[in-house]
Amino acid sequence: MVKRRVKFTFPTNQITDPVIYELGHRFKLVTNIRRADVRDDMGWVVLELEGSEDEIANGLEWVAETGVRIDPVSGDVIEG
Amino acid sequence: MVLEAQELSHVKCLRCRGCEREYPVEPLNACDFCFGPLEVEYDYEAIHEAVSRESITQGPNTMWRYHDFLPVDSELALDMGTGFTPLIKAENLGRRLGLENLYIKNDSVNPTFSFKDRVVSVASAKALEFEFETLACASTGNLMGAVAAHGAKAGMNTMVFFPADLEQGKIVGAGIYGATLIAVDGTYDQVNRLCSELADNHRWAFVNVNMRPFYAEGSKTLGYEVAEQLGWTAPQHCVVPGASGALFTKIYKGLNEMVAADLIDPISTKMHIAQAEGCSPIVEAYNLGETEVRPVRPNTLAKSLAIGNPADGPYALRTIANSGGSAVRTMEDEIVSGIQLLAETEGIFTETAGGVVISGLKRLVKNGLIKPDELTVAYITGNGLKTQEVVASAIKPVHISPSYDAFEEAMAER
Repeated sequence: MVKRRVKFTFPTNQITDPVIYELGHRFKLVTNIRRADVRDDMGWVVLELEGSEDEIANGLEWVAETGVRIDPVSGDVIEG
Repeated sequence: MVLEAQELSHVKCLRCRGCEREYPVEPLNACDFCFGPLEVEYDYEAIHEAVSRESITQGPNTMWRYHDFLPVDSELALDMGTGFTPLIKAENLGRRLGLENLYIKNDSVNPTFSFKDRVVSVASAKALEFEFETLACASTGNLMGAVAAHGAKAGMNTMVFFPADLEQGKIVGAGIYGATLIAVDGTYDQVNRLCSELADNHRWAFVNVNMRPFYAEGSKTLGYEVAEQLGWTAPQHCVVPGASGALFTKIYKGLNEMVAADLIDPISTKMHIAQAEGCSPIVEAYNLGETEVRPVRPNTLAKSLAIGNPADGPYALRTIANSGGSAVRTMEDEIVSGIQLLAETEGIFTETAGGVVISGLKRLVKNGLIKPDELTVAYITGNGLKTQEVVASAIKPVHISPSYDAFEEAMAER
């Protein structure tokens, strides 16, 4: 079992979608929210995912397909 | 060469910028509770007692003259001659823009030709203190060269990750130092996520991940130097390129630390961040009056500023608000003209980030945010030789046949 920290950013049209709930039910993942800010026109959530490497990878792939943006928690690792 | 470690730094702990929890001085980058970023916390009273204008001027002519302000214990850190770069009075450019007191801080002349040498100098010294054997980074340009060079100087293994479609010149600029180059066939986001996983799973000093709290502190030296070079006074305006936002926030932090140490008078410096149109999430948040930054997918000529999810975005907005500064967007078709303007007036060839700064400065003046007599410093963070391809089409030699008449005819037509 591994843990991965990620940040989800929700576009306006997906703010009310229960993406994290779905993630925890479709995949064998424990989701643990640490920080969040949800407003009228945008929202972001910092959370930890716990599960196998494959489940985390598959779960994140599903999240990305919904249109939610996924980033490392600490911001972009790549720098100029 | 790094000498034996001695307890010379004035670091008390690491502290979460979000929930303010305290952490020991270790290679950590995120708070275990809220996953917020960590920052070095100093004993400012000890720094105040240790440092003076005299002690600084007696130090080396590099960034390490400000050792007391940096989180490195070694008596002599990994000093490759980085920093204390020229601060040039830009008479010609100033005249062109209508500014009487314009200065250029020219960091394009560092050992690997960008300001990244500052932050990597701190990160690599600290990595050695923590007894890491491998230095690593993920980069699209300047950072990879700085890491590769410092890794070589430190005698460390070096791993450099980059998108596979990166320009050859940048790859050579890192590979020449003997680094292991990993070209990743994937999108920007995929490279980002992979490197985040690698940083979690390998005992490497990933300079801007697990070494980030220390790494970022190197940028403060750009604030210290400008204040010292201006005769121990802060400028009224700083115009700084914005990628992650870290450089921008740390310059302001550096100026304020000098005030706290009684080295300069209290400041009223206005901080202006400049971003390119194709990747300007901080400018966008500023224009909308927001305190959070929405990530974007970078699509800009200014590759060195192409950070879609800036780690210090909210802190950059806070710096703007606290200083009374602003955020300015340079359009993509103004980047090259900014590079040309600086080169043709001051003889400084900068890379695309510099073009963003100069065109951004021009817009700030036009919008009345910088007055003609106000002391202004524009930060040039990288060398134009690194991004020659961007300006190549603007360079048009005159072709003549090998005769005197051909030359005179060509000159008459100009």
